[in-house]
Amino acid sequence: MELDKSCPFLREYGNEQSLLSRPDGSSTFVQGDTSILAGVYGPAEVKVSKEIYDRATVEVLIQPKVGLPSVRERAREQCVRETCEAALLLTLHPRSSLTLILQVIHDDGSLLSCCLNAACMALIDAGLPMSYLFCGVTCAIGKEGQIITDPTTRQEKESRALLTFAIDSVEHNVLMSTTTGSFSIKELQQCIAISQKASEQIFQFYRDSVKRRYSKIK
Amino acid sequence: MRDTPLSNCEKHFLLKAIQEKKRLDGRQTYDYRNIKITFGTDYGCCIVELGKTRVLSQVSCELVSPKDSRPTEGIMFFNVELSPMASPAFEPNRQSELLVTLNRQLERCLRNSKCIDTESLCVISGEKVWQIRVDVHVLNHDGNLLDAASIAAISALSHFRRPDVSAQGQDVTVYSPEERDPIPLSIYHMPICVGFAFFLQGSYLLVDPCEREERVMDGLLVIAMNKHREICSIQSSGGIMLLKDQVLRCSKIASVKVSEITELINKALGNDKKVRKEGGKFGFAESMPKVRITTLKRDEAPVEMTDVDETADDILNGTETATEPVSSPVLCATGTAQVGEGLLNSWGLEEEEEDEPPMTEDRKTGSTFCGFLQIYKGYSVGAFWLCVIVAFSVEIFVINIYDLKCVCTLADDVTVISDSEEEEVVILN
Repeated sequence: MELDKSCPFLREYGNEQSLLSRPDGSSTFVQGDTSILAGVYGPAEVKVSKEIYDRATVEVLIQPKVGLPSVRERAREQCVRETCEAALLLTLHPRSSLTLILQVIHDDGSLLSCCLNAACMALIDAGLPMSYLFCGVTCAIGKEGQIITDPTTRQEKESRALLTFAIDSVEHNVLMSTTTGSFSIKELQQCIAISQKASEQIFQFYRDSVKRRYSKIK
Repeated sequence: MRDTPLSNCEKHFLLKAIQEKKRLDGRQTYDYRNIKITFGTDYGCCIVELGKTRVLSQVSCELVSPKDSRPTEGIMFFNVELSPMASPAFEPNRQSELLVTLNRQLERCLRNSKCIDTESLCVISGEKVWQIRVDVHVLNHDGNLLDAASIAAISALSHFRRPDVSAQGQDVTVYSPEERDPIPLSIYHMPICVGFAFFLQGSYLLVDPCEREERVMDGLLVIAMNKHREICSIQSSGGIMLLKDQVLRCSKIASVKVSEITELINKALGNDKKVRKEGGKFGFAESMPKVRITTLKRDEAPVEMTDVDETADDILNGTETATEPVSSPVLCATGTAQVGEGLLNSWGLEEEEEDEPPMTEDRKTGSTFCGFLQIYKGYSVGAFWLCVIVAFSVEIFVINIYDLKCVCTLADDVTVISDSEEEEVVILN
């Protein structure tokens, strides 16, 4: 079946859960060639300096493949952390820490949305209570105004704007958005609408993944 | 986070089992766990799984100036990182002893053994050489990190291709992979570390200890060797005293293991090369096992775009129209400008009321402003702005500040004034 490449489409997805033995939850998420490995530890002991009296402390660490983490990773960490804090039921674990570590295995575009997807699957694998699931979708606006979802590195370089949204699974609201480049208000709303449509497919993928995983349990 | 401590009963159980020649996972004394090597999409990326221990390594290169003591040799840089994912005991940015040991061992094994031909990495002698950087990330710690790290590092180095360069005199041209095929590194031999754990004062020995076994061991002997039976480095830690024949026996075992592992690496490299040549799919996405219950894959799928435009237009029409954005900076008081929407900044107003008494000399504006600047040249920038505010305070004071239109008409011409020799300050009059 020939795919119509002129309309937005999502690349091949792959996901593996529970692949690491030490973390409480782990998952790897693959979007085309972009691959992220996520590990979650929690709820665990927290340093007194970082503890919050009524909620859990969420820490996110993104490790690049080459070199030490820089400001770019810190910015991404903040995006992922804000999304996780919105989705997780933190008040169930006061004075504890939930640590999420993301390792970049390969970056071929849409890195932040792949991080968000891997993070959500790792949190599911760890069994941490959440009020809703979340997923990440990246849209790129090309020079002629065409919208591409899930762009590769080459498509990202040729675009004039790059928008990443975190969408929740219950009402498809936007949890987090981060954008670079210039775009009009109409394009922004179109991208949000497209991301919401794309997120439905991702959530269906999550459901299929979990269903398959627990299919053998009576 | 801290790791759960090892309980006494676990320790006794492990030691008792070792005395009876039994291991937790059913292996024999000299057995290695299953080794799995996968390569990524780009050259020089490799993941090694030694049982449950998982290690990722990436090789990258850069043109730099060589070391003064060795102007014709390239530089090798190794960096082992213990990811906090690997164990709850690993914290980010903490130089633990284990990390230092791993880094040093890997450096000794790979750099001091001269397994890579560094002379071939020279581009212009004394000026430009290749620096090969190997980053090893430990993803899951289930024992024997050094073995896994050395296998990952040498596999990644063998897999890596550096860009082709040509040097004409002092100019260096680096060709992209599309222009000219990248060149592999010239590797003389593949040194691989083999770890031997000793228990109960050196009476019992195990090859490839897992994490539990590492916790109860007395000492560790690491022998780095290549398949030509040359020992590249030996290190004994833990303060155990070994007999000569024990060390010789270990080296014999190591040579057998190393030849097996080298064969495995070469097979993996050969498979990857074949797949790339045939144009098939390669990379981590492909090597993900498909038949497991914990994995799922999905093909490319289009996103439904049917009522995207309508939804977007509905939202836009439904929202209130935003206020006209003011595109150019607006001068609301001297020294403070405002860009965009929001409440009007009344910062300038308060300041001039406070500071009016002390500086009331010159009430004239414009041309005398330069005079002011000469006088206050030595002062800090804060004081400078105070002077500016005060100098114009009389002029604007009588006009209603909150009437933006009046203020905008003041912005007729722009005076360019220099505060100091280096800076240029632009004031909107």
